[in-house]
Amino acid sequence: MTRDEIVIAIKDIIATIAPDEELGQLAMDVRLRDQIELDSMDFLDIVMELRKRYGVQVPEEDYMQLATLQGCVDYLGPKLESKALVLTALKG
Amino acid sequence: MRYDALIIGAGMSGLAAGIRLAQAGKRVAILERHYLWGGLNSFYKRAGRRFETGLHALTNYAAKGTHNVPLTRILRQLRIPHDALKLAPQRRSITALRTSGGDTLRLSYSNDMALLRSEVARLFPAQQDGFERLVAALPGYSGSSESDYATSARARIAEYVSDPLLVEMLMIAPLFYGSPTENDMSWAEYGILFRSIHLEGMARPEGGIKELLDLLIARFEQEGGELRMKTGVAAVLHGNGKVRGVRLDDGSELECERVLSSAGLVETEALCGTPSAREDDDRIGRLSFVETCCVLDRAPLELGHDATIVFYSDGERFRYERPEVPVEPRCGVITCPSNYQLREPDREHFVRITCPANYAYWKGLPEAAYAQEKTLAVESMLATAESFSFPIRPHTVFRDSFTPRTIERFTGHRGGAVYGSPRKARDGFTSLRGLELIGTDQGLVGVIGAMLSGITIANRSLLEPAGGAA
Repeated sequence: MTRDEIVIAIKDIIATIAPDEELGQLAMDVRLRDQIELDSMDFLDIVMELRKRYGVQVPEEDYMQLATLQGCVDYLGPKLESKALVLTALKG
Repeated sequence: MRYDALIIGAGMSGLAAGIRLAQAGKRVAILERHYLWGGLNSFYKRAGRRFETGLHALTNYAAKGTHNVPLTRILRQLRIPHDALKLAPQRRSITALRTSGGDTLRLSYSNDMALLRSEVARLFPAQQDGFERLVAALPGYSGSSESDYATSARARIAEYVSDPLLVEMLMIAPLFYGSPTENDMSWAEYGILFRSIHLEGMARPEGGIKELLDLLIARFEQEGGELRMKTGVAAVLHGNGKVRGVRLDDGSELECERVLSSAGLVETEALCGTPSAREDDDRIGRLSFVETCCVLDRAPLELGHDATIVFYSDGERFRYERPEVPVEPRCGVITCPSNYQLREPDREHFVRITCPANYAYWKGLPEAAYAQEKTLAVESMLATAESFSFPIRPHTVFRDSFTPRTIERFTGHRGGAVYGSPRKARDGFTSLRGLELIGTDQGLVGVIGAMLSGITIANRSLLEPAGGAA
């Protein structure tokens, strides 16, 4: 996966767990929870989806790395390099 | 073949918990004794028609995209789009009270709190300020202190509202909506119910409660969950203070890490081998109901009745208690499912009347007398209900009714206690590790409350391994 694809992968996970949120305008550097309504349980859901879809384990002490989209790209980049993008919510 | 979790009961709480656990990749099965799902919010067929039970209303109405409210949170956790529910908001509902002088006071409210405010101002002009202070002082959804749970709602309301008639009227809808205790509830619960009913409001899925249930079942199965109908749990198996599985009615056993039970507090204890609680055990709820559902020959609107729900008391003291008589006709709830703001009008129109009933009477009634006693009870209910609504009987083409005995049979709740035990296990824990309560007896009532209960306990179980599990 490229870095652009990782952004799409994260947005697809968010679109899956929060189907009513508008995700088109998400900024890279602003905390996700300041842009859309996500609580700590939702972050756990993101982590669980990463594990289910890509086999990536994110230990609890690293959760804060996922606070922004940029953070996700930086943290997940090496882990997702060899994985193929899985889309379930975003189509086309 | 070991399950991560087994869930007892395919009601709202069990389905919601099941979806959360299945989404997280857990191996989970829901075990339901009945052949229908839904528990206390269910449906059944009679004479080719589908009847639904309960008040039919979802509280906590919120428009799509509303942030920081329970409905949005629940839908997100269950990954159900708001649009899928097709929520139709109520028109308006009414709390009606007949005074000893024979006047009927009617407070109307809708999903816009401004209506209730103006109604309080109209009927109780001197109470406006007190009412505002009451609303401002309500406890929130979370973070209520233990003292809020130990405080009487009536007493707290009376600190702000000095007219006893208004105090009584403000208790009627919240008590009927889901208090397991007679005549009063805690201040903490009152805050939750007042917010759910008045500050957020009521709505109905266009397709009825079955539509919501179907959505939940589809989500659960889509995530790989296993739903087993006609599969009653006879016993919870345990050793060394920890759950190890369940034994089914057919004698077979299933192994698991964890059991989430929506069977109820004393009912779950009995499954664990504790001698069955006596009928007068004060942990068995005393509130049960007779409910009748009438099929009408035309829409209630055509008969001049636009209210979605009417909560009524014929008398200045609202008798939310187990009556001495078979049924208490002097107070009840009149629900008209057609009176939501539906996009597609219902093809058939129903009205449902629910009144407090005496469980012991109905339980002890000989079979030969049951049908006739039920008819008598329902006739007395309808006579009073009509005085708060419209001529129901002349427009009834078919009627089906049930009693506390029916409720006990189909929900398994001892005493036919619709709202469960007055003693809630709010943290959901039991004396066994790996066995937790969800649903009514974990403390939250109504469709939304039950789903929140399932979600909350399931989420906690995802964060914490079942105590001491290998």
